[in-house]
Amino acid sequence: MVHGEAWTLKEFFVYPNEYIYWSIQIVMYPFMTGLVAGAFVLSSLYHVFGVKQLKDIARFSLVFSLALLPVAMMPLLLHLQQPLRGINVMMTPHFTSAIAAFGIVFTTYGFIVASEIWFVYRQFIVETVMELRGKQQRSAVDSARLVLYSLLSLGAMDLSPEALHKDERAVGVLAGIGIPVACFLHGYAGFIFGSVKANALWMTPLMPVIFICSAVVSGIALCIATYIITMEIRKLLSTWKRNKRSYLKLPSVEELKSAELQVVTITVKYLVMFLVLAITLELLDLIFRTYTAVKSWDILRSVIYERDFFKIFILQYGFGNLVPFIIFLRPGLTIRRALVGTLLVLMGVFMMRWNVVIGGQAFSASFSGFMDYHLPIWPSTVELYKEGLFGALTVIITPFVLFYLFTRVLPVFGVKDSH
Amino acid sequence: MMNRREFCKKACIVAGGLIIPLSALEVFNPRRLLAEKDGNSKVRWVFLVDIHKCVGCGLCVKACKIENDVDWDANVTRTWVERYVVTKGGQTLIDSPKGARDGFITQKIDQASQGLKEVKPEEIAKAFFVPKLCNHCENPPCVQVCPVGATYQTQEGVVLVDRTWCIGCGYCVMGCPYGVRYFHPTLHVAEKCTLCYHRLCQGMKSACVDACPFGARRVGNIRDPEDPVTKIITTEQVNVLKEEFGTKPQCFYLGSSMEVK
Repeated sequence: MVHGEAWTLKEFFVYPNEYIYWSIQIVMYPFMTGLVAGAFVLSSLYHVFGVKQLKDIARFSLVFSLALLPVAMMPLLLHLQQPLRGINVMMTPHFTSAIAAFGIVFTTYGFIVASEIWFVYRQFIVETVMELRGKQQRSAVDSARLVLYSLLSLGAMDLSPEALHKDERAVGVLAGIGIPVACFLHGYAGFIFGSVKANALWMTPLMPVIFICSAVVSGIALCIATYIITMEIRKLLSTWKRNKRSYLKLPSVEELKSAELQVVTITVKYLVMFLVLAITLELLDLIFRTYTAVKSWDILRSVIYERDFFKIFILQYGFGNLVPFIIFLRPGLTIRRALVGTLLVLMGVFMMRWNVVIGGQAFSASFSGFMDYHLPIWPSTVELYKEGLFGALTVIITPFVLFYLFTRVLPVFGVKDSH
Repeated sequence: MMNRREFCKKACIVAGGLIIPLSALEVFNPRRLLAEKDGNSKVRWVFLVDIHKCVGCGLCVKACKIENDVDWDANVTRTWVERYVVTKGGQTLIDSPKGARDGFITQKIDQASQGLKEVKPEEIAKAFFVPKLCNHCENPPCVQVCPVGATYQTQEGVVLVDRTWCIGCGYCVMGCPYGVRYFHPTLHVAEKCTLCYHRLCQGMKSACVDACPFGARRVGNIRDPEDPVTKIITTEQVNVLKEEFGTKPQCFYLGSSMEVK
């Protein structure tokens, strides 16, 4: 079977070689890079612009963006027909291609995030090393931790006020450089689509900007949602632990709750701002296409307003944009409403990626036929796993697993330092 | 005297230091980098299709599949023939069952999931066949978008794929407005018409050209003014496909119609 044949259903006239070659993993790719970029921008709001109220979520989202980072590569590797040759992009980058610089941009960004995290956590790492060294009797776990933290400290053990001040400045600079790089990383994903002149739906100079805005929206939404869920778990643990070990000084449920609501309310404001921008641009694109009605408009209209109507106007704009708007803007935001709203926003951004990537292949380049995408569910072959539901689920679950592992080493809550 | 630790350290530095300039040699060779072709070649292969002469027998598709070892039953093909049926009501119906590998054996028009559509002969205003293949564009978007330079253009203008270097991202497949590219069913790399470059280099003609019993397909050198194909292209009314994409296609059509997609 030819690649693409398993999930493509053709209707009317489609060129013989045309299939939906870019499937679910290419939907996942901009979605995941968007989350990375958005999470980073959220953390930078505190580090660069000094939005003090976001302090708690800033550290959280920074570590989360590190957990998301390797996952942004995953869909691409799962999508490549020759994944083992993926490194060729770094070896012989062909710079007229929009994908060629991906490796470079991605690595640069990875370095920025990693070094920013290092500066943020340096004090914590050094303190842990000191504490472990001070122990008379070390268990095997403690010895392993000592080795790990000693390695992470990179030998920079200076904790004098000047050194810590330098750390803070470095964080500010890195976060400042990181914002344009994060936007570039994602705007660049938009450019990959926007520059395909053969595709009538993709080709628009607005694509990179639309991608950046929706990236920030989805990143913030994911951070809020994960933050809320993590806080709920902490609350449960706190009640449980307080009952069991009443001598420990743990934050009470009420304390956690009020801190949580304050952070969420403020973060939601930024979410709404970026959401307005994203929708404005998307609608501008749609209006412009309707008004100019060039050659491709006939087929695009039937895709947008007829075949994909439910996916675009009900799921993406309706449940993904309008409903969260109402939820967020109604006074008296509660945690539960914020969670529902952010999850809907995430769904909306995912549908936007879907409607761009799959929608862009829903019609033949001959403008005389359509292609329907049937998401492979059961992974009976490797290809159907990679480009099917389970492949996508793997990509979605991995960042949470990584985040859990990272926070074992670099805790995001209860760290007392100046950042 | 150097101890082992120092030796390892220095060896790493030397190796690392050597890799950087050596890799730069590859990265910063602009010709290689841009997969550029030399513009001064004496040969520039072009293709000429005479729509008036095509009867849709599909022998060209058969010949191509055999010559280039394209999987016989796979639903992809390097070249194909489209049938256009324009009704008196102004409707255009197009099909190309199996890329017309077996020709057009029924009058019913294949509408994919919509089934076969029958058009009564008295309702037909005009009907014709259009052979399609890679246009070997002068400004090929597939070469432009390949992230690793695995797709390149030869000095004679033929667009080829390096099967040992293609990563299978599919960007070229998406970038081609003509839908000539696909993934090789077993090698899993981008695949396309090579204009039978291996035959042209030996002084032969493309397999589809040799297989066409009606002379509807021809290949020629546009840089040679005496070439019969060049004479037709320069003196007669020829057309190209999808000119608006700025790809400068080098496959010319005689007797093309506005319905051709």
